[in-house]
Amino acid sequence: MTFVAKPKVHHPALKLNEIGLNRRDYEGAVSTLCAGCGHDSVSAAIIQACAELSLPPHKFAKVSGIGCSSKTPSYFLSKSHGFNSVHGRMPSVATGANLANRDLFTIGVSGDGDSASIGLGQFSHIVRRRINMMYIVDNNGTYGLTKGQFSATNDLGSTSKKGVANLYSPIDLASLALQLGASFVARSFSGDKRQLVPLIKAALLHPGFAFIDVISPCVAFNNHSGSTKSYEHTRGHTGSVVDADLIMDHEEITADYAPGTIEDVKMPDGSTLRLNKLEENYDPRDRVAALSHVQQKAQEGEVVTGLLYVDPDATDTHSVLNTPKAPLNTLTESKLCPGDAALGKINAGLR
Amino acid sequence: MATNVNGMNPTDIKDPNYFHKVVDCQWACPAHTPVPDYIRLIAQERYTEAYMLNWDSNVFPGVLGRTCDRPCEPACRRVRTEEKPVAICRLKRVAADNKGDISDFMPVVPQEGNGMKVALLGGGPASLAVARDLLPFGYEVHLFDRDQKGGGMMRSQIPSFRLPAEVLDEEVDIILNMGVHAHFGHEITSMQAMLDMGFDAYFVGTGAPKGRGLELIGHEHVSDHVSIGIDWLSSVAFGHTTKIDGKVIVLGGGNTAMDCCRTSIRLGAESVKVVVRSDFGVMKASEWEKEDAMGEGIPIINNRPPKEFIHENGKLTGIRFECVEPVKGDDGRLKYVPTGEPDVVIECDHVLMAIGQDNHCPWIERDLGVTFDKWDCPELDPDTLQSSNPKIFFGGDSAFGPENIIWASAHAHKAAISMHLFLQGQDLKADRPPEGVNLISQKMGMHEWSFDNEHDAAVRHVVPQVPHVEALKDVKLEVELGFDAAAGAAEAQRCLNCDVQTVFTEKLCIECDACVDICPMDSISFTANAPEDVLRQSLTAPADNAEQDLYVSEVLPTQRVMVKDEDVCLHCGLCAERCPTNAWDMQKSVIHVPQLGTFAE
Repeated sequence: MTFVAKPKVHHPALKLNEIGLNRRDYEGAVSTLCAGCGHDSVSAAIIQACAELSLPPHKFAKVSGIGCSSKTPSYFLSKSHGFNSVHGRMPSVATGANLANRDLFTIGVSGDGDSASIGLGQFSHIVRRRINMMYIVDNNGTYGLTKGQFSATNDLGSTSKKGVANLYSPIDLASLALQLGASFVARSFSGDKRQLVPLIKAALLHPGFAFIDVISPCVAFNNHSGSTKSYEHTRGHTGSVVDADLIMDHEEITADYAPGTIEDVKMPDGSTLRLNKLEENYDPRDRVAALSHVQQKAQEGEVVTGLLYVDPDATDTHSVLNTPKAPLNTLTESKLCPGDAALGKINAGLR
Repeated sequence: MATNVNGMNPTDIKDPNYFHKVVDCQWACPAHTPVPDYIRLIAQERYTEAYMLNWDSNVFPGVLGRTCDRPCEPACRRVRTEEKPVAICRLKRVAADNKGDISDFMPVVPQEGNGMKVALLGGGPASLAVARDLLPFGYEVHLFDRDQKGGGMMRSQIPSFRLPAEVLDEEVDIILNMGVHAHFGHEITSMQAMLDMGFDAYFVGTGAPKGRGLELIGHEHVSDHVSIGIDWLSSVAFGHTTKIDGKVIVLGGGNTAMDCCRTSIRLGAESVKVVVRSDFGVMKASEWEKEDAMGEGIPIINNRPPKEFIHENGKLTGIRFECVEPVKGDDGRLKYVPTGEPDVVIECDHVLMAIGQDNHCPWIERDLGVTFDKWDCPELDPDTLQSSNPKIFFGGDSAFGPENIIWASAHAHKAAISMHLFLQGQDLKADRPPEGVNLISQKMGMHEWSFDNEHDAAVRHVVPQVPHVEALKDVKLEVELGFDAAAGAAEAQRCLNCDVQTVFTEKLCIECDACVDICPMDSISFTANAPEDVLRQSLTAPADNAEQDLYVSEVLPTQRVMVKDEDVCLHCGLCAERCPTNAWDMQKSVIHVPQLGTFAE
């Protein structure tokens, strides 16, 4: 951990965004994670994405469970709402927060232990329920907080720091999210902000449940030569199928990619999601093909990254439940308790 | 690893100049005083050591802490990161004011001489500094000056309300007491006569003692009421002039003009005005000297070139000035064009001319092998300060014209090395001691550094002054009180420790981005290499200040390079603190600036 506060002074040329804030205004406390932790890069990517989108920090709810990953909401968006909840139970809290106030951007940060072990049940059901949120898993394949036991996402045969091999098959949360109906599924690497920041921007503006599995190396316990989630191994074994780029509605759309590989998708807020297909014949709208490709590559020891799947016409829990447009927490007593006459009408309708 | 032919070459941090440039203040200082090093000592209340570090480098810390032209301060990194520089100059004074006994730190002068005799002509800062550098090597040093005391222009030109005589005496005496054979009251009228005295080498440090005059219409009628500024100041310094009556106009916009006007007001002038032909912004006087003069109620009137002296019956009554305004020409330089307003007459009884000074050596016969250029300056080798007569060396204002004291110290170190090499029969260029740099890690523990790396956001502290009412009554009363120990310690904390360098070791880096994420100033980037102009625009923050270098690494495993823009780095050490592999380390750069003492190392 670091004891020196990060100086408030910033680069003189640091730009203000549309709401008059600079990137530093989106930071949180200085991280107490180990130096070099991938999670800090994920936090930095969230900071950069929110600043570039000019989103107001006080319009965020950031929720987490337990683990190294779950500490990170302290390290970004200090001017937002936050809830550091119970191990594996972040999805319940996120669901509650989003139901109560649909106007907030909900960010859930979890880890492989929090989501793939103790919270696997909660994870499955929040995907099914289509809560409109960005769910990020900082995936390092190890229980760093308890000194390096294998987690449920650790690859079969990958070794511990002392050279002992993992005997169990990994859970692939991206595949699980695809299978359970998530409308936005991506995978990235903490060491590749060029890919990660646009994915976070797209996920934040996605009108449904957006899941990003971020391989985020643990420098203390899982960054050795036998690890499949080290900086070096990840750099050597990942390949992006589709890079996302979010173009805001007022920005000029310029094409600097090879023709035939670009697909522009209009987002509900007026922005454009540009998909840059790096893998020929990969269709990010085909859930089954995406799942198959990810699994196929996993068999070959390769990790597929990028925007794996997106449903531009996604819907969320609020549309399923047909809740009012106004956040529930703003409804007054007169709206919530319309009185005997209204109750009488409802009862009559059920007879 | 191979270098990328399409991009910048990796930075050679073993080049002493690379990290020296990062220490902006030290790089800007002609004597290359290790500024952050002595500021840290002040913060630790180790004033004597702070003083000696200064003394070693610039020879007159007490004098310079009050009078230096401060080339270091505009260069201070803090100007770029926040606004106001660290008050470097006045911190130097804190060290001088609070120092203890320095006698134990003095260089040892051998009892037995080396048999060679050296003559120093002029008793100002340049000659004194040469004496200090040469004495420990056993030379018999003879110093000649027309005045009765040493110090030269420091004594005759700088008013004692800026530099008290005790402070000057102390620092002059330190050197004289090292064993200088001082010949005061010795007016030098002939170089030939000096050569006849048979010294083995000569150093000319006679300054630029000739103040320029201005032959305006009517000058011949009023010459009794017109004085050359530096001569008048010197006459005040030696007690020959004790008052000035009536209305005074000071012509000129340099520091001498500021000293003239402030001295006049203390000697009883009814009113004092400074009139300058150029614009306020381009005046040669230091910002703070202008502020001090204006703070004492003295108006500075700009864009008024003088035309004529107005007089009645041989008595000066005023000066007629033309009205001009500055216009930027096509070449970017200011030109002054008449505004068309009628000329203005400013009443006065006395005029002080402070429009410049020249080095002037009519006493050097022109057949001694010393060649002079068309401006009547000696032709010198800029690296050795040797004249075309190999025995004769120059330094201080007499070398290249008027400069500040700090330049005299810098020249003296250079000339002393040359004289020593000359007298030892060595080559003045090939055998010069080289510049060097040592890098020493400052890491003391997991999160412990040997320097205080916390960034202090405090604004520059103001140096307290004596109230004007009192200050203006006494020409000898020092106006500035200086920082007390507490204020000095607080100001010292503003120093960014630019000499504690961010040193990058490629082979340790795992490219985790931790340094990029933590850097408060967006100074670090990992990116594809490119030519410098392209690279400068492809970083985390654009590197628009081309005067500041980019620190470029070898190619990393991802085929990228680490690029650090040195421009606004706070040297807070967070990159090193967040680095899991010590690829970043904070290392103090000790720059070895050649000085005769370094021969003894």
